[in-house]
Amino acid sequence: MSEMTKPLLEMQSVSKEYNGNPVLKDVSFTLGQGEVLGLVGENGAGKSTLMNILFGMDVIHQTGGYGGKVLIDGNEVKFASPLDALKAGIGMVHQEFSLLPGFTAAENILLNREPQNRSVLSLVFGDRANTIDRKKLQKEAIDAITKLGVELDPDMMVSEMPVGHKQFTEISREISKSSIRLLVLDEPTAVLTEKEAEMLLKAIRNLASQGISVIFITHRLQEILDVCNKVVVMRDGRIINELDAGKTSIQEMARLMVGREVSTHPKDDDRAGRTISDRIVLSVKDLWVDMPGETVKDVNLEVRDGEILGIGGLAGQGKLGIPNGIMGLFPAGGSVMLNGSPIPLNNPRACLDSSLAFVSEDRRGVGLLLDESLEWNIAFPAMQIQEKFLRMYLGGLIKWRDQNAIKTVTDKYIEQLQIKCTSSKQKAKELSGGNQQKICLAKAFALEPKLLFVSEPTRGIDIGAKSLVLKALREYNRELGVTIVMISSELEELRQICDRIAIITDGSVSGILPASTPSEDFGMLMVGKTRKEA
Amino acid sequence: MMDRIKELAKSFGLPRLIIAGFLMALFIISPFAGLSITAAITDVAGRFGQNALMVLAMVPMIHSGCGLNFGLPLGIIAGLLGATLAIETGIGGPVSFLLAMLYSTPFAIIFGWGYGKLLNRVKGSEMMIATYVGFSSVAFMSIMWLILPYSSPTMVWGYTGQGLRTTISTEGFYYHILRDTLAIRIGSLQISIAEILFFALFAFIIWAFLHTKTGTAMTAVGSNAVFARASGINIDKQRTLSVIMSTWLGAIGILCYQQGYGFVQLYQGPMYMAMPAVSAILIGGASVNKASITNVIIGTILYQGIVSMTPSVMNSLIHTDMSEVLRIIVSNGMILYALTRKSGASR
Repeated sequence: MSEMTKPLLEMQSVSKEYNGNPVLKDVSFTLGQGEVLGLVGENGAGKSTLMNILFGMDVIHQTGGYGGKVLIDGNEVKFASPLDALKAGIGMVHQEFSLLPGFTAAENILLNREPQNRSVLSLVFGDRANTIDRKKLQKEAIDAITKLGVELDPDMMVSEMPVGHKQFTEISREISKSSIRLLVLDEPTAVLTEKEAEMLLKAIRNLASQGISVIFITHRLQEILDVCNKVVVMRDGRIINELDAGKTSIQEMARLMVGREVSTHPKDDDRAGRTISDRIVLSVKDLWVDMPGETVKDVNLEVRDGEILGIGGLAGQGKLGIPNGIMGLFPAGGSVMLNGSPIPLNNPRACLDSSLAFVSEDRRGVGLLLDESLEWNIAFPAMQIQEKFLRMYLGGLIKWRDQNAIKTVTDKYIEQLQIKCTSSKQKAKELSGGNQQKICLAKAFALEPKLLFVSEPTRGIDIGAKSLVLKALREYNRELGVTIVMISSELEELRQICDRIAIITDGSVSGILPASTPSEDFGMLMVGKTRKEA
Repeated sequence: MMDRIKELAKSFGLPRLIIAGFLMALFIISPFAGLSITAAITDVAGRFGQNALMVLAMVPMIHSGCGLNFGLPLGIIAGLLGATLAIETGIGGPVSFLLAMLYSTPFAIIFGWGYGKLLNRVKGSEMMIATYVGFSSVAFMSIMWLILPYSSPTMVWGYTGQGLRTTISTEGFYYHILRDTLAIRIGSLQISIAEILFFALFAFIIWAFLHTKTGTAMTAVGSNAVFARASGINIDKQRTLSVIMSTWLGAIGILCYQQGYGFVQLYQGPMYMAMPAVSAILIGGASVNKASITNVIIGTILYQGIVSMTPSVMNSLIHTDMSEVLRIIVSNGMILYALTRKSGASR
């Protein structure tokens, strides 16, 4: 490739905001023909938004478009829909397969682009009556598979394929398009076995040598080193660094991925004033949880009295499964002991009865009664579990809802957590995300738990609300000595308020470190390397 | 000003406004069509007393998220069993009404329990299943009415001496037992206070129940079942309880209907009884997962008003029987409208 040719793809200071929250800031990079670009970053770093912009996805237009320029061959393009992007020769393979299970590989590869034979009927009914040219279909499919350089039987039904072959079918479909010039692979190896992943990486090199450029998104940093020419590391919507894949290391990438290099630890003094006893409050042994997308395989954890334990890790590794499993929301097994007595699993009531409480990551689905008032939302669990806010008549036979007590407690939390609402009678669905989250916290606080699980408390809320939520949690821990287990995808947030942080990788704990450990080490744990290996 | 009117209209609901307007128009037209307004009001009041309890039977199931009680015929059958057993004893007067209520209660509880268990297995398509529960129980009981060993001469077929007749008069038992008690009579206008009080008693019980701990849990299950489960509520138990309550209210409802109407209707009688009740509560402003006592009252008045006023006014105006057509359009149209409404259908 000569210096004179224009790069295939160029992004010039692309930016994007959702409802005033910037998610991409000044993103610029170039990609030449036949190059493989690795794109790495934590969840929420802006990778998928960037790809959505490249593809002209509807979600971008509906939220006010984007800033900056996308150039292909040096000409600015603005794709109105993914179809335009496809026409321009950009193909994408998503994490979720979009294949027809009852069709063969060949049929899937050329779906809706089948080679056709004209028949007599076509004269009358037009092209709709054309028949499919099976031989040519087979040939074109085999061409695409050969181009990819993998072994794949074109006659195999998708429903009978191992995951790896599905992935190959999907990629073959993209490259069977004659115009294909740029292929985006979004975590293609996440579902593959090691051997399959190896084959895929070989295929990527193969494609690159044929002049097809590839953008490769993955969390497995070793793969980046193996196939990419250059690496773009994203964090908080910015490109942190563009590295030459030949000259970087996993360590460097991991460090760039997770962390601002915060040397002075925040709130050190605050932490110093507390004594965390060595007494174990909660011990979890051999826990497995069958939560779709967040499977927990084998978790062993011990939580000390009065501490804030953070649980971090990349999405899909199982960190969310832990509280959901312990609290009985998803099928689980193993043993969980609270203060030495066992907690029965798969029984939400028993957990709540033993003074555990849970703030779910799924605010709208699990956390709130969207159609009911704030009063109901806050008072409901405490009323049902601990019979608070009730007035007894006829010797406890009639348990009447005590509207005044409910209003008092709701108003108390509205003031304490600075919840913005018109009144305690407002419906929960009318509140903003941050205020809804505070309602969820208030609901858990009203239960006065001994141990509180908080799952993704800052997901989808703005920065101001974020710090309020974190502050509320910290105060709750300090003032009442409540042990908190906080699960979050944002490592920095965990480092701010936690005492220790456990990192979950592939369904089990890959390490527990004090929060003051440099974020680089956490990054290594996240990508599945222990400190020794690195 | 326009905005405020719009706001008001929105809170009351456009369909209700149209129907209320139509009903008003009917009342205004009726004197010109040669009908007596007082007779019309008497008719509407009577129908309200007769039907309101069956509309109230929708409320518990809506609250627990089981949807509209299309399986009302099951509750009605429990009521019919109670009614026939009470008549079988031969005791007449007010006691027979109490006996009918008493006898139908265990049936309602057992039927409701089984019906609730069934609905717990088909979460998400309760209303369709409920419809068929209603239909098939009617078909099954059509056989049973013939076989069951009733022997009271007021009820069995005269020529064989066995098997129950299709319609049985409540004359001599609890005919107009509520209708004629504490009735206000002004000229041809008659409004039965006892009937309204009887409804008010049950409406109060349901209202009070929804203010207790269990009632609150039931509403939460209907509002967001996952939330309720995460708060330690046994969802299936709450749902079953609500179905039992609805079924029992259906049983009491049909007894109340019979005392006003004068007949116990067996066999195919209960088949389509659910539709008017469902339609009425929807007209009253309830949705698939939200309903209040006010919805029941407004809905029953509007629905029964339309149903009783249209035939007479239409017939005397155009001398053609349009009434049935209109009634079907109103009741089925309303069900269709409510079920397709987004806010109503979402859980």
